[in-house]
Amino acid sequence: MSETVIQVRDLSKRYRLGVIGGRRLVDDINSSMARLLGRQDPLAKVDLLPGADKQKAARSDEMWALQNVSFDVEKGAVIGIIGRNGAGKSTLLKILSRVTAPTTGEVRVKGRIASLLEVGTGFHPELTGRENVFLNGAIYGMTKAEIRDRFDEIVEFSGFEKYIDTPVKRYSSGMWVRLAFAVAAHLDPEILIVDEVLAVGDAAFQERCLGKMEKVAGDGRTVLLVSHNMSTIQQICKECIMLKNGSIHKVGAPGSVVSEYLSETRVATNVDLTQWQDRTGNGFAKLSRMAFLNADGEEAGIFPIGTTICFDLETTYNRELIDPLFEVIIHDPAGEPLMHLRSEHDGLRIGKVNGRTSVRARVDNVGLYPGRYFVSARIAAGGRNVDFPRLCGSFQVTPSPGRHGDLRLNPKWGKYHLDSTWTRGDQ
Amino acid sequence: MSEHGTTLNIEKFGSASEAKALSAEADDWTLIIRPQTGWFDLHLADLWRYRDLVTMFVRRDFVSFYKQTVLGPLWFVLQPLLTTLTFTIIFGNLAKISTDGLPKILFYMSGITAWNYFGECLTKTSDTFNANASIFGKVYFPRLSVPISIVISNLIKFAIQFGLFLVFYFYFLFRGSNIQPNSMLLMLPVLLLLMAGLGLGSGIIVSSLTTRYRDLRFLVQFGTQLLMYSTPVIFPLSSIPEQYRWIMIANPMTPLIETFRYAFLGTGTVSWGMLGYSAVATLVIMTVGILLFNRVEKTFMDTV
Repeated sequence: MSETVIQVRDLSKRYRLGVIGGRRLVDDINSSMARLLGRQDPLAKVDLLPGADKQKAARSDEMWALQNVSFDVEKGAVIGIIGRNGAGKSTLLKILSRVTAPTTGEVRVKGRIASLLEVGTGFHPELTGRENVFLNGAIYGMTKAEIRDRFDEIVEFSGFEKYIDTPVKRYSSGMWVRLAFAVAAHLDPEILIVDEVLAVGDAAFQERCLGKMEKVAGDGRTVLLVSHNMSTIQQICKECIMLKNGSIHKVGAPGSVVSEYLSETRVATNVDLTQWQDRTGNGFAKLSRMAFLNADGEEAGIFPIGTTICFDLETTYNRELIDPLFEVIIHDPAGEPLMHLRSEHDGLRIGKVNGRTSVRARVDNVGLYPGRYFVSARIAAGGRNVDFPRLCGSFQVTPSPGRHGDLRLNPKWGKYHLDSTWTRGDQ
Repeated sequence: MSEHGTTLNIEKFGSASEAKALSAEADDWTLIIRPQTGWFDLHLADLWRYRDLVTMFVRRDFVSFYKQTVLGPLWFVLQPLLTTLTFTIIFGNLAKISTDGLPKILFYMSGITAWNYFGECLTKTSDTFNANASIFGKVYFPRLSVPISIVISNLIKFAIQFGLFLVFYFYFLFRGSNIQPNSMLLMLPVLLLLMAGLGLGSGIIVSSLTTRYRDLRFLVQFGTQLLMYSTPVIFPLSSIPEQYRWIMIANPMTPLIETFRYAFLGTGTVSWGMLGYSAVATLVIMTVGILLFNRVEKTFMDTV
């Protein structure tokens, strides 16, 4: 009989936006003086969200990152947690990792829990690899004796016996991560909580991380995995939780939850970028709208493999620019850039522009493997970045019949499909 | 906030009946995570379980310190030596402040060695949260292990400076200076413990407060300096007029420094009452510090 090893009950977490970044002692004295004198607090936040949930967001500087989240995890379960940015994944993870305390609710855990929000936490550049293995292991709660027992295994796994007594400041960043992961992989917890940050590094390293996680899960241990990468979730997890706006939105088999998650964001065929936050640039112009269109010029969010995708970029100029350069970057589900489309490569010379422009990048015969892709857009002029909203749109590529029957596309072995011609050479 | 904002979701993996049977059966949870727990929920057992981490931190602090500086551990020796020299010239020879008839070098050096230990404990631990924000944000371990490791690392530094002091001490002793080591030397471990406790306690109070009041950080250096002048480091307690002496005695570091000096040199103002007061003050400051620190560590990450 399986037993419950994690029990989450009515977990909520409130952030007070007002105190983020700290306060000055003077401010607090001011506030309390004002209260004492019966005046209005000069530092009180103005209510900007009149329509918000009045019960909980009674003060506008409060934000509920998690609300009444409850679930049970049974021993040996491998659970994926997905959700958009701000859905509460990180907060849930932080609470389970005891990095921060919940506002209300309770979590009960049975067994030793190891939480990897990052590999190599606390690595010190001046210390040798050996010393860092011990330090890092201790930070994750291992005793010296436990680390000593596993030390040889850890070193072997990392693959640099030779450099283990070299200060890690002489390591390349790749070596650093490998050693750090070697420690993490040997924590040997009963419950493992992993953030997708582990998915950094090269493909071989990612494969190794996934392999290790699958092995941990196979040993009957419990794994909680937070990821944006839907293929990872579907590959490893047996159950999936989707968070939305701080609450549990859907629970079930990974397939159905992932498709629910994707359908939620699939509507973004025409994205208003004016309010987009994650962007850099000098502000001479702003990319104000991005749309995805199919071969017929209709807005679409889903493209069968082999069809045409058009990216429409609408720009609003704050001043005249000469020959700006437009770019579209297509990222894989983990956010890694895959394709880079540049207007100059394809010969667009737009000349002097001001006011508003719209440009279109058309890609025929898209060979991207089925899955979800994210898009960043950029405008540059005179070698300077003008506006660069990141990961601001997304589209979906779906399977479609190939010219010679179904394409069997396993993302394990490829990311991009190219048509190739095969002939027999011995006849 | 959202259409799902107030719905209560209870989802179970596996059958409900199973879960029910279990909840009745067992209460052997190894970990319970709750909101801001009571003031006295200190998880001190956890701290003991992570004792290896404390030793790793101590090692890290020490190794990284001497690897990063050219002169390495020599700095530990140079700093009190130069300070002693400065004090001897300025306060001893120019300002001609009394040293209770003791050799000036020994008088200042004993004060500085003892004070440095306390001062370093205070200033270093007061930065605990800021200096470790990136680690604290990623992994749980008892946060107190950081300030405790700082206090221990400083003990190594103290040992080196103390060794230096002993070199001068024996030099003066054999030259037949007017110094009388006495039975108060047996109190040395207690004095060290109290200084460590005071430094740790006040350091973690400050570090807890700095998470809310950032500007406090800049006051620490200055405050420690100021505190030094209200402790008999550069002048003996006996040189203070009787009616103002209570101000000095109210500072719990005063009896510790005076006793430290008295134990080695045989001159000074020492009483068990004052030492008892120091001990009680240390205990109070430590308790307040640990309670505050424990309170802050749970939600500290929300404010950075």
